[in-house]
Amino acid sequence: MALRYVTLMVFALAGAAQAAPDGAALFARNCAVCHGENGAGGIGVPLALPSFQAAVGDDYLHKTIRLGRPGRVMPPSNLSDAEIDAVVRFIRSWRKQPAPRISAMPIKGDAARGKQLFATHCAACHGASGEGGRGTGVTFSRPRDLPIMPPALNNSGFLASASDGMIRQTLIRGRAGTPMVSFLKKGLKEKDIDDIVSFVRSFEPAPHPEAAAAPEAEKAVLEMDSPYDLAATIENVKRAATSQNFIFIREQALTSGLAPEGEEDPRQHIVYFCNFTMLNTALATDPRVGLFLPCRITVVEHDGKVKIMAINPKRLGKIFNNAELNAMCDEMTRRYLAIMEEATL
Amino acid sequence: MTRTLKRLVAAVLLFGLAPVAGADQLLMVRSGQLFPEAMSTLQNALTARGYKISRVQNVDKGLSHTGYRTDNYKVVFYGKAEEVAELAAKHPELIPYLPLNVAIFAERNNTLLVTNRPGVLADFFPDPELKATFMRWEKDLSEVMNEVREAR
Repeated sequence: MALRYVTLMVFALAGAAQAAPDGAALFARNCAVCHGENGAGGIGVPLALPSFQAAVGDDYLHKTIRLGRPGRVMPPSNLSDAEIDAVVRFIRSWRKQPAPRISAMPIKGDAARGKQLFATHCAACHGASGEGGRGTGVTFSRPRDLPIMPPALNNSGFLASASDGMIRQTLIRGRAGTPMVSFLKKGLKEKDIDDIVSFVRSFEPAPHPEAAAAPEAEKAVLEMDSPYDLAATIENVKRAATSQNFIFIREQALTSGLAPEGEEDPRQHIVYFCNFTMLNTALATDPRVGLFLPCRITVVEHDGKVKIMAINPKRLGKIFNNAELNAMCDEMTRRYLAIMEEATL
Repeated sequence: MTRTLKRLVAAVLLFGLAPVAGADQLLMVRSGQLFPEAMSTLQNALTARGYKISRVQNVDKGLSHTGYRTDNYKVVFYGKAEEVAELAAKHPELIPYLPLNVAIFAERNNTLLVTNRPGVLADFFPDPELKATFMRWEKDLSEVMNEVREAR
């Protein structure tokens, strides 16, 4: 009997493994949230844009999905190669023409000259060091000032995915539908473009340092013991938050809204506060930071001791894969600690 | 079924819980529904799994009142009273992460939902006793997020 179950299960698993991956379903589940259901783009590149599809090969798409963009929101994928290929085929299905053939040959240009050209023609959008556009969340829940976020050309994921030929094609063709125009139409020669390609390739030995930051060293929770009783500590937290330029929003029991009214544990209180300027900046950087909202510190009486606790933004922030957000999370951790220290003085 | 076989079946079922967003540590979905409908779908999906909505934080209203432009943006807090109380008593280090929440915001005619994978909490709090709870949350939340994503 048991053997029959095992045999059936092995066959079922083998069958599932052989079934062709459904690219549309995989895209909907893994990609659509950022790139849009039909590839119209959001925080992610508008993948359906004909000028984008005409300039990138399947290999670029495959590697991009596999590697992601460290520190720039897009995570690396753990899909199998077959699944990634299915996603690439689905992306290609929006365009009726076959994928372009992009040369994999390295381009030998003058990187020093390319640096000057890059500063003149590229840096305004892509940053002086190819760090990309700021405000990675600009297209999430915000008024759209840009149709696309200028990519970070110094990103290790980009450099590992893009061949010299792909970068060259992009410079030659531009990206119709985005602010990027054809560099040939801007009056540059093919030799100039090769020099820029070589300069972009020179970013390779020094990818964005934030991308390699290891989060594990940080504790998930900030906590301090309070020498005061519960009620006094709660008042201290409110006062300290205000002195750190936050507005007190409300105070409630941890299980408020969950437990029947009057049955909440009075020994666990959350103090909510907000600095709307910081909030607005954070949301413009990465609108997914709702997980932090509103700012809160919990005051807990446990075994006769009063403790104040908060999430550690520096630790939680790392799961967003957004280097620009990391700096803000560091600042929030500093502010939380300042409030906690002041409240427990 | 033998115990070994039961374990094998459990392992297969667990393996079959496909992640919603790849290797990402966030659960993110895009719903084709407009914001009010997506919010309703989210709340219904949570309550259908025994969770109670403890509060909806109106981030958008706070921003608007202070002069900033924003589309719909809310944070939904939810949980099970007994479970939260029990966890808070036995594992007070978890308290800052409770109750669980989902950020929900509009993007044009779509609605986006984001939350951290409950499985991430297993990295934060490696106590083996908590793992089953985190995995159950992850299963429930993956189902909820998929339900919102597929709702039309």
